[in-house]
Amino acid sequence: MLILAARRFISMALIMVVISFTLFAIFETDKLAVAGKVLGPYSSTEQRELWLENNGYNEPFFERYVSWVGNALVGDFGDSIQFKVPVSEILWPRLANTAILAGLYMAFMIPLSLTLGVIAGMKEGSFQDRAVSVGSVLTTSVPEFASATFFTAIFVFWLGWLPGTSAMTSGFSWAEIFLPVFVLVMYGFGYTTRMTRASMAEVMTSHYIRTAVLKGIPYRRVIMKHALRNALIAPFTVIILQLNWLLSGVIVVEVFFAYKGFGKLILDSALFGDIYLIEACTLVAVFVAVFSQFISDIGYTLLNPRIRFT
Amino acid sequence: MTADVQNNDTAPSAIGKFFKSIGLLRESPIAIFGLSLILFWVILAILAPVLPLFDPNAPLEPFKFPMSEARDGGLYWLGTDHKGRDILSRVIFGAQQVLIWATTATVVAYIVGMLMGVVAGYLGGWWDEAISFISNVLLSFPVIVLYIIIITYLGATGFNIVLAVTFASAPGIMRIVRGLVLDLRTRDYIFAAQTRGESSLYIMLVELLPNARGPLIVDACLRLGYTTITIAMLGYLGLGLPPPDPDWGKMIAETQPLGSFAGHMAVVPAAAISSLVLGFNLLADGLREISLKD
Repeated sequence: MLILAARRFISMALIMVVISFTLFAIFETDKLAVAGKVLGPYSSTEQRELWLENNGYNEPFFERYVSWVGNALVGDFGDSIQFKVPVSEILWPRLANTAILAGLYMAFMIPLSLTLGVIAGMKEGSFQDRAVSVGSVLTTSVPEFASATFFTAIFVFWLGWLPGTSAMTSGFSWAEIFLPVFVLVMYGFGYTTRMTRASMAEVMTSHYIRTAVLKGIPYRRVIMKHALRNALIAPFTVIILQLNWLLSGVIVVEVFFAYKGFGKLILDSALFGDIYLIEACTLVAVFVAVFSQFISDIGYTLLNPRIRFT
Repeated sequence: MTADVQNNDTAPSAIGKFFKSIGLLRESPIAIFGLSLILFWVILAILAPVLPLFDPNAPLEPFKFPMSEARDGGLYWLGTDHKGRDILSRVIFGAQQVLIWATTATVVAYIVGMLMGVVAGYLGGWWDEAISFISNVLLSFPVIVLYIIIITYLGATGFNIVLAVTFASAPGIMRIVRGLVLDLRTRDYIFAAQTRGESSLYIMLVELLPNARGPLIVDACLRLGYTTITIAMLGYLGLGLPPPDPDWGKMIAETQPLGSFAGHMAVVPAAAISSLVLGFNLLADGLREISLKD
């Protein structure tokens, strides 16, 4: 187990190194362009070269990379060009806002999709199975920016129940966070539901379930005690790996509802060309993705007795 | 799954096979419905130049509601947008754009992904290590970050969107193909081909890939739907195809602030994209069901 964890950890670290190096090469190979971004488009070449000299940009490329990584590891990502303050001052509050959004999404999506998936997978081909499958195909076919359009049209403009933006200008508000979370759940639950359904359906055809039923154990108990535990292993990995593509949905939703989160920050910094901010955001996003894969691998091993000792 | 040994002398012609697979679709009403949704948009997109439509980029009369009369004759079936452009015409020409780019991007991603997968699976060893490592690195990128970096760094053009989709999808396709090939490479017909002295290239392209097609067709349908979403999403986020050509995502982004009094402007393109993606997803679902029946 420890060996496995160590091996996964090393491969995670290796991937982070490769990715951070690629990022650094993409954004900071052209030094003069970096200086141009920082000093503005009207700065002269001499000014740019002076700035490069003063900020240690004339060191060899590899040394620059190493010191950049070193600073990033202690949370120093440089100053944002757009906001003129240290990147970390903007990054962490925005990340916290997105964590609220993602946390609420998980809190609603997980129970919903596990319940629906288990209900559908219990009896393959039954009416409830059909209904859940069709429902989840329908909802996963409507991307976030489309469903946000529909729900805003209904709940904001037609019924007038909810506010149409979630800028949270006067503090946190449940009414403002409802639509973003709802839109994310509507698009996201289908995938986990289908995975849970498939996993549950597979477990239900296994020999130990047949044995348990034939032994005369009540059907409810067979489901609760024997089937569920094994059926929920696969969805666990799926849910954690969702963090990786949840980010696309988060960006769309944050842009649509003007929510001040991490996703909107990535997009804005990329569109502005705010090099240090986009580097920091990308590193954080990739770290979350890689780390969630690590957790999912380890968790899968812990949960699944069949592969625990191999 | 296609485990049958291919024998070119008795195999039905390609056209015959095509009609046979269309016939198979009849078994699944879901697949038929999905295919009709896709064909609806494909036919509209093909007929777009000959249909009696307004110019999609011409500013006519702004803020017209659906079914209102045009100044110089004709009808704005779905109204006009804030710049006075006919929404029906923009949606149909937008379908053209989205179908062209989604198909191109998926096909290119498939070619790259299949080649990577078949090389990694069949040649194995060092090739497999290298290709799998590159795929793992790319797969650990959140896809949206990959898109944002590639497109802001290289510029928003059709070619770069295809490139970005390829980077994002090819590793996933590679994994599927690699798995299928690892399963197929121990089959008798591969040994037969090796004994005949066929080259590795011939075995990979002629023996392995055609026999791995079953699950790949289902995956391709899903990916077409997903790429459609991606292209519209990039348009929505301002990273899509350059203006002025209509783009469903951009149509939503432009008219979203006007929702309080002109909701139809954003709802129409949102419905268009949802129906097309639904078509791909239902077709994939139906095909999967049919393939499981056999």
